[in-house]
Amino acid sequence: MSGPSDFQPTNPALKWIERRLPIFGLIHSSFVAYPTPRNLNYWWTFGAILSMMLALQILTGVILAMHYTPHADFAFKSVELIVRDVNYGWLLRNMHACGASMFFFAVYIHMFRGLYYGSYKEPREVLWILGVIIYLLMMATGFMGYVLPWGQMSFWGATVITNLFSAIPYFGESIVTLLWGGYAVGNPTLNRFFSLHYLLPFVIAGVVVLHVWALHVAGQNNPAGVEMKTEKDSVPFTPHATIKDMFGVSCFLIFYSWFIFYMPNYLGDADNYIPANPGVTPAHIVPEWYYLPFYAILRSIPNKLAGVACMFGAIIILAFLPWLDNARTRSSKYRPLAKQFFWIFVVVCIGLGYLGSQPPEGIYVIAGRILTVCYFAYFLIVLPLLSRIETPRPVPNSIADDVLAKSKGKVATAASVMLALVVAGGLFAGSTQTAKAEEGGDAPPAQKWSFSGPFGTYDRGSLQRGLKVYKEVCAACHGLSYVAFRNLADPGGPGYSPAQASAFASEYKIKDGPNDQGEMFERPGRAADYFPSPFPNEQAARAANGGAAPPDLSLIAKARSYKRGFPRFVIDFFSQYQEQGPDYVDAILQGFEDKVPAGVTIPEGSYYNKYFPGHAIKMPKPLSDGQVTFDDGSPATVAQYAHDVTTFLMWAAEPHMEARKRLGMQVFAFLIIFAGLMYFTKKKVWADAH
Amino acid sequence: MNPDAATIAAGAPIEVDLTPIAEGQDIKVFWRGKPIYISHRTKKQIQEAQSVALSSLPDPQPDSARVKAGHDQWLVVIGICTHLGCIPIAHEGNYDGFFCPCHGSQYDSSGRIRQGPAPANLAVPPYTFVSDTKIQIG
Repeated sequence: MSGPSDFQPTNPALKWIERRLPIFGLIHSSFVAYPTPRNLNYWWTFGAILSMMLALQILTGVILAMHYTPHADFAFKSVELIVRDVNYGWLLRNMHACGASMFFFAVYIHMFRGLYYGSYKEPREVLWILGVIIYLLMMATGFMGYVLPWGQMSFWGATVITNLFSAIPYFGESIVTLLWGGYAVGNPTLNRFFSLHYLLPFVIAGVVVLHVWALHVAGQNNPAGVEMKTEKDSVPFTPHATIKDMFGVSCFLIFYSWFIFYMPNYLGDADNYIPANPGVTPAHIVPEWYYLPFYAILRSIPNKLAGVACMFGAIIILAFLPWLDNARTRSSKYRPLAKQFFWIFVVVCIGLGYLGSQPPEGIYVIAGRILTVCYFAYFLIVLPLLSRIETPRPVPNSIADDVLAKSKGKVATAASVMLALVVAGGLFAGSTQTAKAEEGGDAPPAQKWSFSGPFGTYDRGSLQRGLKVYKEVCAACHGLSYVAFRNLADPGGPGYSPAQASAFASEYKIKDGPNDQGEMFERPGRAADYFPSPFPNEQAARAANGGAAPPDLSLIAKARSYKRGFPRFVIDFFSQYQEQGPDYVDAILQGFEDKVPAGVTIPEGSYYNKYFPGHAIKMPKPLSDGQVTFDDGSPATVAQYAHDVTTFLMWAAEPHMEARKRLGMQVFAFLIIFAGLMYFTKKKVWADAH
Repeated sequence: MNPDAATIAAGAPIEVDLTPIAEGQDIKVFWRGKPIYISHRTKKQIQEAQSVALSSLPDPQPDSARVKAGHDQWLVVIGICTHLGCIPIAHEGNYDGFFCPCHGSQYDSSGRIRQGPAPANLAVPPYTFVSDTKIQIG
């Protein structure tokens, strides 16, 4: 379709370049004059959305890499420091982390669209296979990116996924050693994953060029599934497709921003805010939501090699789709049976995703096996069979006929697309939330927090009181090592002045050195110092506390969670409920009971806590009424202490939350206006095309 | 991309003193970045491990092949699930041995797979008894 362009620049400088390198002609023929079917619907804007996501991921990733340290000892901390100290680091990180999810979300829609409208059929087989290659590269890139923050899920995800290769006969073990660069997942693994994570997006970009090239040779498919024949069937790419894509992109950005600014941790796992520990496996290892269907297939097969083979087979089978489905009619619109089976297949995929997030036991395993069979049956039985037995409905003669036939009932399209987007996103993405560990603990009661919701801010008084509780009670055993004294004076924090923060710091003794004599010495703290930890190392903390090291509290409000369950996680998506962590911390502090209920045995040296998973906690009841006195007349009760210290710890975990929500409002206002403008511009441009 | 010289050097053999481990207890040491469980098995555990019918095991191996002769009470295994590499929890599961929290594999008091997706028994690392109370792993 994109033959030699007759485009000639008029500017003499451009003319000079064009004669030597016809790049403007190339751009003109590919993105301006390029004929695009005039009946494309909004599902076709996901190509543009994906291009934008790739660009955004590369851009944010390059900047993040400037601040990131790929070393097992520093990686976790460097990510935290990006979020806390780098200018707009929290924004970059949220954009990149949520961006990965959005990228996959868009690619799944793009793939399902191809499936529904038969975009893989002759003459677009190579185009489709290039797409499958991009998808595989994306999965590899996404996996390695998830390893980089070096939290618990990063580490154990890396362990489980690299061990998949050990199932390969003969070479398995040596491949795994090659991936690890050692005897187990460790620093060399992190280093090579970082290198590859930086490399692969550019490989993806290269394959995307091939993908677009192949697209421009074969021409776009369209909802009718008939090829363009005359001028009347097409509209020029610019302005028609360009403006439509702009509208699609801006709607997608609104959806994306919802996560970036309001629910950055909704798609993540609380366990990844715990630094990697090679000695402790988390109770449930769950991959990111976009791998869950394949993870479910892996787990539903009781044999290791067969499980791994099926998991990879589930992706590879896509590449053979053009030959599995021989039906001549492309679009499922005109294939009554294929249409129904397509939707069943969508449900099967979402079902597998849900099962992948559940523990591998009982009914979940059985259901996983049934759906795995359904998944493969769709490709291996249903599609080949349908192409033989199905009688398709007549397809329109041309695209122009198709457009004329359905010019009414068009208004609802955009609205229904957006609705489907949001609902599907909430459902599919949220299934990961259900995987949070909650063994034998009661669900903590939901509290009222000043910082919840889109306009939430921290209650300054509560932060200051919470700091006092931390300093006088918690600090005896728990560190707060990512928070510096200077942060107490940061905007959006407890609201102290820099002088007050310095004075606060000077009450602490900080170890420094070595001095000129080569000795370590103690000096008063400075604003730039971090809260000193009560124990010199984890072993000392463990030894002093009966074998259980008190966790550092810097991230505790984000590193703890509990199971929300269906349908609450769907509601949470719309209500922006993000306070599982604070609810849990508050509940633990108030959940101590002297009387152990019948049927529960608490080991020696442990205490009964109603909300702690397993109920036996090593920490004795930390707070009692009247223990800390407040200057502002707030009640000296455990409930008040727990509420205040939890608010303080939430701030410690998320110091830029107020800036995040404020910027979110501005971005939303901008995007909604921008999307509106794009919509009306698009209507104007397309007025004569419908 | 294979392990470099420093990594290989750090994987040299280590010695472990067994005296502090009471009967029924176990410790976890790290060797080559892998957790090694050293269990001081009780009489009951030893008996269970020895009496099970080999034909009922997915990966048949007698208990005597998994411990050193004369040191029946000591079980030394690499604490890495042979399924996908998680760390099984000691003293859990239905077989008085190990339970892997990731995908539900269960191992008995000899570290042999009894139930779940793991294909093989927990690996026994190369080790020797330097004395009655000390082993060298590696």
